[in-house]
Amino acid sequence: MTTDKTAAAHGAVLKDTPPEGGGPLVELRGAGKSYGNIRALHGVDLAVHSGRVTCVLGDNGAGKSTLIKIISGLHQHTEGEFLVDGEPVRFTTPREALDRGIAAVYQDLATVPLMPVWRNFFLGSELTKGPWPVRRLDIARMKRTADEELRAMGIVLDDLEQPIGTLSGGQRQCVAIARAVHFGARVLILDEPTAALGVKQSGVVLKYIAAARDRGLGVIFITHNPHHAYMVGDHFTVLRLGTLEMSAARSEVSLEELTNHMAGGAELAALKHELSQVRGVDVEELPEADDLSAPLPASSEGNS
Amino acid sequence: MSQQAAPAVGTPPAPGGKQTDGRTVRRSPVLRLLARPEVGVFLGAVAVLVFFLVAAPSVRQGGSMATILYQSSTIGIMALPVALLMIGGEFDLSAGVAVITSALTASMLSYQLTMNVWTGVIVALVLSLAIGAFNGWMLMKTGLPSFLVTLGTFLILQGVNLAVTKLVTGNVATDDVSDMDGFGQAKAVFASSFDVGGVQVKITVVWWLVFAALATWVLLRTKYGNWIFAVGGNKDSARAVGVPVTFTKISLFMLVGFGAWFVGMHQLFSFNTVQSGEGVGNELIYIAAAVIGGCLLTGGYGSAIGPVFGAFMFGMVNQGIVYAGWNPDWFKAFLGVMLLGAVLINLWVRRTATRR
Repeated sequence: MTTDKTAAAHGAVLKDTPPEGGGPLVELRGAGKSYGNIRALHGVDLAVHSGRVTCVLGDNGAGKSTLIKIISGLHQHTEGEFLVDGEPVRFTTPREALDRGIAAVYQDLATVPLMPVWRNFFLGSELTKGPWPVRRLDIARMKRTADEELRAMGIVLDDLEQPIGTLSGGQRQCVAIARAVHFGARVLILDEPTAALGVKQSGVVLKYIAAARDRGLGVIFITHNPHHAYMVGDHFTVLRLGTLEMSAARSEVSLEELTNHMAGGAELAALKHELSQVRGVDVEELPEADDLSAPLPASSEGNS
Repeated sequence: MSQQAAPAVGTPPAPGGKQTDGRTVRRSPVLRLLARPEVGVFLGAVAVLVFFLVAAPSVRQGGSMATILYQSSTIGIMALPVALLMIGGEFDLSAGVAVITSALTASMLSYQLTMNVWTGVIVALVLSLAIGAFNGWMLMKTGLPSFLVTLGTFLILQGVNLAVTKLVTGNVATDDVSDMDGFGQAKAVFASSFDVGGVQVKITVVWWLVFAALATWVLLRTKYGNWIFAVGGNKDSARAVGVPVTFTKISLFMLVGFGAWFVGMHQLFSFNTVQSGEGVGNELIYIAAAVIGGCLLTGGYGSAIGPVFGAFMFGMVNQGIVYAGWNPDWFKAFLGVMLLGAVLINLWVRRTATRR
C-alpha cells in the first residue's frame, strides 16, 4: 500500500471550496479500520460541509459500510483521525454520534418492521411525561409530532398505528430521513437509500436528500448508483478495496468519468493492454487510461 | 457511454417496494381487534373454560375456581417475565430450576445460620437477579444464542441444586423453616390466603394480576417497553437509533430472575421445605404459556395480557381433568392437544387479521 503517495495526491485533490459556514462538520483524515488482520478501510479522507451532499461510491466490499459505521459510532477507527467540528472524537455508541448531531439512516436496519410508524419515529428518543415512577410515553404528542413532521416532508399516512413493515421501501426511507431531520441532525448519513427502490421511489428519496441539503444539513450519500449520486452530489468519493479511488468536486468530474471509476475504469484500462494481446477480445469500446482525466489518487494501488 | 458502465446503468429496480402510496385501505375494526396478540388466546381460554364448565360440573363451584386460579397464578407469575423476555427476542431455559435455586438459597441460608428468614429472602433475591444478569451478560458478551447460554445455566443450576443441598443438609430436601423468625410475615406476603365470599383465595392470584397490570403498563406506556419491542424486533436497528440494547436485554433476564425469586419464595413459605430436584421442565411450561399467549417465539411481538390467559388455560386443563373425574394419566396428552390447538388458532387468527 502506498500511503505516502495517496496522502500527497490528496493535497492537490481537495480543493473543494467550503461553503461560507466555515470548516467541515465531519472530517476524516487518513482514517482506516482493521478487523484483526483484515484491513477493511485504509487512508480515507472525507469532509462533510453544511448544506452539501458528499457522495461515497464504491462496489460491494469497497469499504462504504465500514466508513459509515465509523462515522455513526457503530465501530471505532483504528488509524487516522476523525474530527467533528474540528475536534478529534472517538464514538463508542451510536448514541454519542446522535448527540453530536450525526444521524445514520440505514438501508436495511433503519426501522423495526413490527412496530407502529409513530413508535419507530421516536424509537430511542421517546417523549415522556410525568414524574419518574409513573413517567410514561406521551403518546398523543408523539403521534401528532410524527404526523406533522411526515407531512412536512410530503409523506401522508392514513394510519400511524400500522406496523412500519407494511410501508413501501421508499416510504420507510422517507420516515427514517424525516426522523433524523426532526431530531436535529446536522449530518445525515444515508446508506444506499435507493438500492432496493424502484425508479419513481428513488426519485422521491433523492428529493428528500435535496430537501435535507437545502435545510442546511451535511449529507453523506452512500450509493453504488453513479446516476443517483450525480443528481444530488456536490462532492464525490469513490472507494475501492478499502482505499480512495477518487475524490473530486462536482466541477472536476463528469458523470461518465464517475461511472467509469465506479465500474473499476482505471483497472479496466490497464487490463485492456493485457487483453489486447489476446485474440478475440473486443477492446475497442474500453476507455484508455488517458480518458480518465479525473484525479486518481489511488490509481497506482490498483495495479500493484 | 462505454461498455463497462452498462452494469451500473442497468441496476434493476429490485422488487423491494410492494405497496405504493395511497393504496392502503383501512382495515375494519373487527379485524384490527383480532390482530391484537392476546385476542386469539382469550378466545381459546374461553373455549377451554366453557368446555370444562360443561364437562365437569364441580368446576362451577367457587372453591374449584379458586384452586384453578391458584394453579394458574404460579405458572402465570413466571410466564410474565418470560413473555417480556421473549418479546425482547430471547428465552430462558433456566427459569424452571432458578425458582428452586432461589427457594433453596433462602431456606438453607436462614436455617443453617439460624437467622431471620428475611435475610435468606433478601440474599435469594440478590442471587436470582445475579443469575439473570449472568445469563444476559454472557449472551451479550459472546453473541451466542440464548438457547445455548441458558441451557448451560439450566444444567449448572440443576446440578448445584442437588449437590449443594445434599452437602449442606445431608438430604435431598431442606429442613422445615416454619418455626423460624419472620416466617409468619414472609408467609403473609408470599403464601397467605384471604376470604372472598366464603372462598379461600391464595394471595398469589392477586400478585399475578398486579404484576400483569404492571407489565402491560410498562410494555405499552413506557420508554422501556418500547425498547423491549425494539430489541426483539430488530436488535441492530434499535442499537443504531440509540436504544441501549445491552441494558434492555440484561434487565429482561434479571426480571426473569425476579419472577423466579418470587415463585421460589411462594413455594418455600407454602410448603416450608424445598425438594432440590424439582423445577425441571417448568421452564417449557412458562415458555409455552407465553407462546400460547400470542408472543412470537422470534421476538418483537406479543403482550403481557396474553400470557395471563395462556397460564389460565394451563391451570384450567390441569385442574379440569381432575374435576371431570378422568384418568389423570391423560393430562399431558390432553394438554399437548390443547397447546397445539391454541397455537394453531392463534396463528390462523393473526394471519387472517393481518392479511391486507
